[in-house]
Amino acid sequence: MATCLLPGMTDLSISSLMQTEEGRRVMSCLQCGVCVGACPYGDVMDYPPRRIIAMLRAGMVEKVFLSDSLLACVACYTCMYKCPRDIRLTDTILPLAKEQVLVHQPDLPAELQRALQNTLRYGNPMGESSRKRAAWVKTCPVPVRIFAEDPRPADVLWFVECYTSYYPRGQDCSRATARLFHALGIDFAILGNEEKCAGECGRLTWEPGLYETLMDYNMAVFGKYQFRRVVTSCPHAHNAFLNRYRSLGFRWELHHVAPFLALHLDSLKRLLTRKLNYRVTYHDSCCLGRQNEFFDQPRALLDAIPGIRRVEMTHNRGNSICCGGGGGGMWLDTYYKSKGYERLSERRVKEALATGADVLAISCPYEVSRFEDALKVLGADKRMIVRDVTELLVESLGD
Amino acid sequence: MSGNILVFAEHFRGALTEATFEALATGRELAGKLGRSLEAALLGSGCRDLAQQLGVAAKVHYVEHPALGDVTPDLYAEALSQLVRICTPRAVLVPLSNLTMGVGTLLAARLRAPGVNFCTAMDIQDGEIRVKAVLYGGKLEATVVPRGEPLVAGLWPGSRNPEEGKSTTPPSLIEDFRPQLPEKPQIRLKRYIEPEAGDVDIREQPVLVAVGRGIQSEENIALAEELAAALGGAVCGSRPVIDQGWLPLSRQVGKSGATVKPKMYLAVGISGAPEHLEGMRNAPLIVAVNTDPQAPIFRVAHYGIVGDALDVLPALTEAVRKRRQETHA
Amino acid sequence: MNVLVILKMVPDVVEELEVAENGAALDVEAARMMLSESDDHALEEALLLKERLGGKVTVVALDAPDVDEALYTALAKGADRVVKIEGLDQPLTTSLAAAAVCEVLRTQPDLLPADLILTGAQAIDDLDGLMAPLVAHHLRLPYLGVITGVAADEAAKFATVVKEYSGGVRGEFEVPLPAVLGVQSAERPPRYVPVAKIRAVMKTGRIETAAAPVMADGGLALTEVLALNKPEEAGGAEILSGAPEEAAGKLCGVLAERGVL
Repeated sequence: MATCLLPGMTDLSISSLMQTEEGRRVMSCLQCGVCVGACPYGDVMDYPPRRIIAMLRAGMVEKVFLSDSLLACVACYTCMYKCPRDIRLTDTILPLAKEQVLVHQPDLPAELQRALQNTLRYGNPMGESSRKRAAWVKTCPVPVRIFAEDPRPADVLWFVECYTSYYPRGQDCSRATARLFHALGIDFAILGNEEKCAGECGRLTWEPGLYETLMDYNMAVFGKYQFRRVVTSCPHAHNAFLNRYRSLGFRWELHHVAPFLALHLDSLKRLLTRKLNYRVTYHDSCCLGRQNEFFDQPRALLDAIPGIRRVEMTHNRGNSICCGGGGGGMWLDTYYKSKGYERLSERRVKEALATGADVLAISCPYEVSRFEDALKVLGADKRMIVRDVTELLVESLGD
Repeated sequence: MSGNILVFAEHFRGALTEATFEALATGRELAGKLGRSLEAALLGSGCRDLAQQLGVAAKVHYVEHPALGDVTPDLYAEALSQLVRICTPRAVLVPLSNLTMGVGTLLAARLRAPGVNFCTAMDIQDGEIRVKAVLYGGKLEATVVPRGEPLVAGLWPGSRNPEEGKSTTPPSLIEDFRPQLPEKPQIRLKRYIEPEAGDVDIREQPVLVAVGRGIQSEENIALAEELAAALGGAVCGSRPVIDQGWLPLSRQVGKSGATVKPKMYLAVGISGAPEHLEGMRNAPLIVAVNTDPQAPIFRVAHYGIVGDALDVLPALTEAVRKRRQETHA
Repeated sequence: MNVLVILKMVPDVVEELEVAENGAALDVEAARMMLSESDDHALEEALLLKERLGGKVTVVALDAPDVDEALYTALAKGADRVVKIEGLDQPLTTSLAAAAVCEVLRTQPDLLPADLILTGAQAIDDLDGLMAPLVAHHLRLPYLGVITGVAADEAAKFATVVKEYSGGVRGEFEVPLPAVLGVQSAERPPRYVPVAKIRAVMKTGRIETAAAPVMADGGLALTEVLALNKPEEAGGAEILSGAPEEAAGKLCGVLAERGVL
């Protein structure tokens, strides 16, 4: 049963949810359909959020669990953001429904299944050796302290996460982040090979047991070292720590890298001396944006870079269109293709291209590969490049 | 103890397999180093004519019995063990394949003799046989010495050039041997199930020509098809190509597609993203063709050509066809 | 139908494999163990047979690091009984492992007779032999390997099995039961079981234990591993230079050498 945001509720199921205030809110749904209209895949779901609630009310929710409709939910928070009743769709009722799908239909698409199995076994969905998680540190131009090698207390525990540790483009972002931390004189250390995926709800609400296993593990590792705050490169991990790890005792001050750097904007501005002549459009990721409303901080960072001209996409800030990586979507591309769905990353990239920008700036590790892929498929990879905000900041660093 | 080397000649549906010739090549070299002769064991029913192609062996034991009509491991191991007790070789070489799976193990068990699997090379040192075997999917290599005789060695296919085991002259001697076996095998082959007509299973192909975005358009895939045909394999693709609809989903290799391990994987116009490498990096021979010398694919490939797919593919097809003609001439 | 499945743990090759100090064995401390892939398929095939024909699935495994996880997972997937054989020094050769398992099967009550014994067709560490034919040899049962499908009748007298050859050709065989089959792949990929279910089974399920026999042979080793090493590293691609025709010619030379042409 999903550990969830409702305080004090550890063993939650749909039926026990109904006994709570949140459950009453769910049942007060207006059936207005704003969720379906806002959902990027609303038109292909057999059971979009509105209908799931209707089925619940009609005592027919089993049918939802037997359909594959929930595979199309990318956990982008748009429905929850727009719901006039403030029903906690994305982080409560939908994950509970997804759990039940897994119970009723043990046959998940193979790629997603592999990602879940890999995460359990190796602490990352790619199935890479856990002993290679910190290998990128050797390629970093500035020193990165690893707690296991040097357990002295640190100000910041930098939770790097999976894509930023193992994927070549993710490692570019990690190296950039390390350089920025150094330039700002931040005292930080990483968990290195001891780090495992935070297990965030977006992709892992299919698997609350896996999530719990990872939470237990990570909390135990945190307990080994002393640090004042946690800064993470992954908005999904940020969410996990902010919302779910609290129930296991996570009390540290928490930041995602982008808002964290924005706190140091004045010091940072002085270091950004190289002029970059880019026209940049910024993509608000679901977890940083809609979920936590960190809309201004990444924009402030970009605006601090001399020479950058920022343009907005049609759908921006709270209306941003998800890259399609959440909710398991990262491992369901082949499945979506087989169903004939348009890839959300392609939809978003078309919007980015329409702004005339030459750089698509992002702040979530999923987005780099998804958008670069989409640009290639659309044949536009010469017109626009994808850069993490940290990569752009480093490019502007004086030294 | 004759001390000769005995090779199990594997054949399927009327033809000796390439693995048999690889084993003969290995066996001949080993016999030579020992100063002994090479013998072959041809088991079956009504297939004596195949013995003609085993000329690399000085002597062929033709083991005929109706119960040996199809390969069933129990009876094949029994027949071989009876033969081995008579001709007392120093080592028995068995090609490892789906067809022979279990035969070597059962033979060694029956003879209470040493067995070694996954052999890639055999040598003599200080009068002892030394075997190199791959373990853990190729990650480590073991050097093994048998402590007993005969050694039953399971040979890993693809470790030797089969041409070295072929001969145009027939063997000097073919001796018939009738083993004591039950009339009929307990395990009975009822029928063969042919592969479905229609699309190809890329995991079964010995050679794969893989195309990526560097192929540039759907029309150009025909160039890859021609090369694949010349090499006796099939075309597959990385995800962008499948996404474009230029190849069906069944041809996708990589994280979202199939994991393949053909004898040769030719990656054309594929950059080598981790998602793709996941599906093919363990192929024993990987060749990459790319215009970018820094493309990550060159790190996992064994050989590379820096060039345009559209130029290299036709050149390769031409070269392969020429080479085939020369060999058959 | 009573199906017995034999599982074995093998080194996980995702991790770097290191050679021990003596240069002739795997550094087991550094290795991480996982269930042999084709054994997982054998378990899946057994569970499919149980779903179709009823009966029981009993799993037997030799003690090894992380074997408990594999056994609890088997229970969570639907196995009825799991038995761990303890007391043997790891790592074992496949011959010794097979002999030990068969001795336990013979002496432990209620494990045999089984209608069918399934295990993986081959494992990555089967240096001195394969488990399935060795078990068949010790128990004097018929054996067939590289199986991708099993159908049996209710009376459990015969099984119709599909064996894979090469090039997509398969063969349909009739096998008298009881028999031992080496499973290459199950009729569907091994099922996913949610971690929550495994965690629940760890609290309620039970792994039976059986003592390993004193090995009659005294572990007489018929082969000796002199050395274990990493194969020669190819440091990146060897670039074949020249105009397309020239490079193509060079490549053909390589292909001929490697037996591809």
